[in-house]
Amino acid sequence: MPKPRIAIYWCASCGGCEEAFVDMAEGIVGVLEAVDIAFWPVALDFKKSDVRALPDKGLFAAFVNGAVRTSEQEEMARLLRRKSRHLIAYGACACSGGIPGLANLFTREQLLRFVYEDAPTVSNAAKTRPQTACMDDGRELELPELRNVVRTLDQVVEVDYYVPGCPPTPKMTQEAIGALLSGKLPARGAVLAPDMALCSECPRRSSKPTDLAFKAFRRPHEALIDPQKCLLAQGVVCMGPATRAGCDAACPAGNMPCTGCMGPTSRVRDQGAKMLSSLCASISARDDAAIGSVLDGIPDPVGTFYRYGLPKSLIRRKADLPAQEAAVP
Amino acid sequence: MNAGAGTEIRTGFYICHCGQNIAGVVDCPAVAEYVARLPSVVVSRDYKYMCSDPGQELIKQDIREHNLNRIVVASCSPLLHEHTFRHAVEAGGLNPFLFQMVNIREHDSWVHTDHAAATEKAKALAYAAVRRVRFHTALETKRVSVHPDVLVVGGGIAGIHASLTLANAGKKVFLVEREPSIGGHMAKFDKTFPTLDCAACILTPKMSAVGAHENITLWSYSEVVKVEGYVGNYQVTVKRKPRYVNEELCIGCQECIRACVYKEAKFPDEFNVGMGKRKPIYIPFPQAVPQVVVIDPARCLQVKSGKCKQTCVEACADRRAIDFTQREELVQIKVGNIIVTTGFKLFDAKRIPQYGYGVYPNVVTSIELERLVTSSGPTGGELLLRDGRTPQSVAFILCVGSRDYRTNRWCSRTCCMHSMKLAQLVREHTGADVTVFYLDIRAPGKGCEEFYDKSLKDGIQFVRGRVAEVTDWAVTPEEEGKLVIRAEDTLAGLVRRIPVDMIVLAVGMEPQSDAQDLRRLFNMSCGTEGWFLEKHPKLAPVSTFTDGVFIAGCCQGPKDIPDSIAQAGAAAAEAMALIDRGYIEQEPNTAYVVEEDCSGCKSCIPICPYTAITFDEAKAKACINPALCKGCGTCVAACPSGSIRQHLFEDEEIMSEIEGVLSHA
Repeated sequence: MPKPRIAIYWCASCGGCEEAFVDMAEGIVGVLEAVDIAFWPVALDFKKSDVRALPDKGLFAAFVNGAVRTSEQEEMARLLRRKSRHLIAYGACACSGGIPGLANLFTREQLLRFVYEDAPTVSNAAKTRPQTACMDDGRELELPELRNVVRTLDQVVEVDYYVPGCPPTPKMTQEAIGALLSGKLPARGAVLAPDMALCSECPRRSSKPTDLAFKAFRRPHEALIDPQKCLLAQGVVCMGPATRAGCDAACPAGNMPCTGCMGPTSRVRDQGAKMLSSLCASISARDDAAIGSVLDGIPDPVGTFYRYGLPKSLIRRKADLPAQEAAVP
Repeated sequence: MNAGAGTEIRTGFYICHCGQNIAGVVDCPAVAEYVARLPSVVVSRDYKYMCSDPGQELIKQDIREHNLNRIVVASCSPLLHEHTFRHAVEAGGLNPFLFQMVNIREHDSWVHTDHAAATEKAKALAYAAVRRVRFHTALETKRVSVHPDVLVVGGGIAGIHASLTLANAGKKVFLVEREPSIGGHMAKFDKTFPTLDCAACILTPKMSAVGAHENITLWSYSEVVKVEGYVGNYQVTVKRKPRYVNEELCIGCQECIRACVYKEAKFPDEFNVGMGKRKPIYIPFPQAVPQVVVIDPARCLQVKSGKCKQTCVEACADRRAIDFTQREELVQIKVGNIIVTTGFKLFDAKRIPQYGYGVYPNVVTSIELERLVTSSGPTGGELLLRDGRTPQSVAFILCVGSRDYRTNRWCSRTCCMHSMKLAQLVREHTGADVTVFYLDIRAPGKGCEEFYDKSLKDGIQFVRGRVAEVTDWAVTPEEEGKLVIRAEDTLAGLVRRIPVDMIVLAVGMEPQSDAQDLRRLFNMSCGTEGWFLEKHPKLAPVSTFTDGVFIAGCCQGPKDIPDSIAQAGAAAAEAMALIDRGYIEQEPNTAYVVEEDCSGCKSCIPICPYTAITFDEAKAKACINPALCKGCGTCVAACPSGSIRQHLFEDEEIMSEIEGVLSHA
């Protein structure tokens, strides 16, 4: 009996999710015993035509990482959807937009103008910008089109399961593959990670005080962080209470605050809003000015509370509607 | 016949005309017709008065005939009739919480003039409710028993009256008073307006009754330091300050006071507002209750330095009531209700320096004058100037610290009458000329206007105008050696200088300086001025927003003795209503932690305004006490992992309601 075939593909991503597969180390041997890799552009020499040649649903599963920003990524997402029985949004960018999703704070025009004209290291007197088609030596060359906004995978195609994390840990990846192969799966649409907040597995949990009563916030580089004590208790914004468990609290264990890459629990619609309402309810100051100066300790609220989830969040929904050409300069 | 999961949803919708209140603006039949076409709606009716018996009967009958399992009524505010309709739904055989009310009166017909738009709004709200009610589940109200004992905090006239009312009805009362004796401000008064009957003669029998009552535990010289629990079941911690005298053993013979090593009384006496003297061991005033001496730890040589001959102990002899080993003690009690009667403090006249209080010895406050004219006071009731002369002329300045945007904006309500009473007493004692400087005379109480008339007839002069300043700078020979009041006489239209021997400042009332601490302790609210806030200014004047905590007397706002007593009686009756029913019914709209979802992050615990959430260390989960939860939803919104939910406000209920309002076109 032929082994089930899987595909691994990347969209708008940093490559970290690809590394996560390699990070399974010898674990990958077990995976390779169980499956055939039919498509993995980063590691193996397959072409798009090979995928096209597969029958529909001919792939057992496709692991797609990265957000969707370009026409090419959109096309590949659609192709892999058609060819696979299980489409898995793998990693924070595919699940909720990730770091590339923060680009939704700006219009496409703002981004292009900065990158090709205004950035201090750019010398582009002709103001040349990438074109989707151009002629060179009589040959037509193509480039993918940059869409107006960054989208999550499930804002483009239907997604069967989600494996969150930036990147997902090897353990989670192995468990997800194992669950897929064994057929012991939760309901379609589920996130393949524990549905509880990170505090539950944090080694610092017992040191979290009942009343945080924030007097000031400090960013990690501004503080000498006590390696045992709850980070929130030290005034460092730790997204742990609003973030799904499953990573074994890798960041707090490494003396850094959780930044929320695992996304919210299934019960939360907007991770950033939840963390904000929880955090702000615990600020000890009572008058506007004093509250303001406490909040000054968080200079980049979107980057803090929505670092991995802006495209999936409730904010900027109107501006981030994919069909709409944002007109704001 | 509660609808379980999987049962077909069959909704009945009713829109009330409320006479013309709703129907005058909203086209009720059109709304009923629109709702009739919505999914799951089986019956949709409009009716003139849904709250009437036939209106309620309609609901009951339809539930039976059409096998309804959800009910929506669009009418007035749920504050008015939610109970009525829930009751009707229950009488019809359904769980009362499979019901949703839509407010199309206060939220719609009363606030809009465009009839067509108001009708559309009613449709949108009705649509939202019909969508929401699908998710309602059967809920149970819980009954919690009420502890029959009551705590009264503050032993002024309000606290005394509330305690006696309850105790006479057979309820056990704990009366906690901060000072060594009960009696409060009233004990310092000579006479009361407008009847001029002796304050002590009417107060002291009540004080003695408190001291002797078998149902009252009186803890004077004590303070409440901690309150936990909820209506019907409060645990209160009381701090009993050491008085260095055993209350059980002391019989009030005062031999110890006479025997004190200080032969002369030399320390300012609080009861006489510092004008009299007392010893380190003293009894606050002759009729004090309890009749137990108290030792002032700041003055007593033995307490301060441990070096004293202890002649007091010798004098006490075999009774052995004096006990220098006494220490502060914390006592815990359980009560079902709490009545807060912590009173007021007087405005500090030094805050208005132009009136010369503290500068000119013959400028006194109204309470000081009260002590000077009373026979139990420091002068034995003889009104004298500081140099021993009898005053020939006395002026009263009203509204000192009251009705003034620079100090307190409120009217202290009693100072007009109090000053007129004192003015008559001054006339009686000395025959001096009396002039009253006032802004408006406020004499609305029973017999008070007549008292004002009497004051006018008795020759008391009234000058209308706020006094600018008090000086001793004489510009004419007749002003020599006198205090001069400069004031605009707004009726005569001129600025006058009036020389007098003595000036009385009618200082107003202010919230106690620790009112904010008390507010937190008892989980009450304060108005912007700092007085404790009643639940409703008209319909619930002695209730607070915390069930089982009541307020009476001047801690709620300035008032006179009859009003304080009326409130105290009302508060006692409110407490008794709860005690005699024996239980409280709790709205099931409480929040609950879904234990398997909770990460134990503790974010919810400090933000609960009712301290209903505790952390279960063993399970490492948050835990909500449903008896304490008031359903405010703060924790539900703030739980960062969405692990707290709330009955009647489940996410799907709220979201379907919002979607309903927004999707109605």
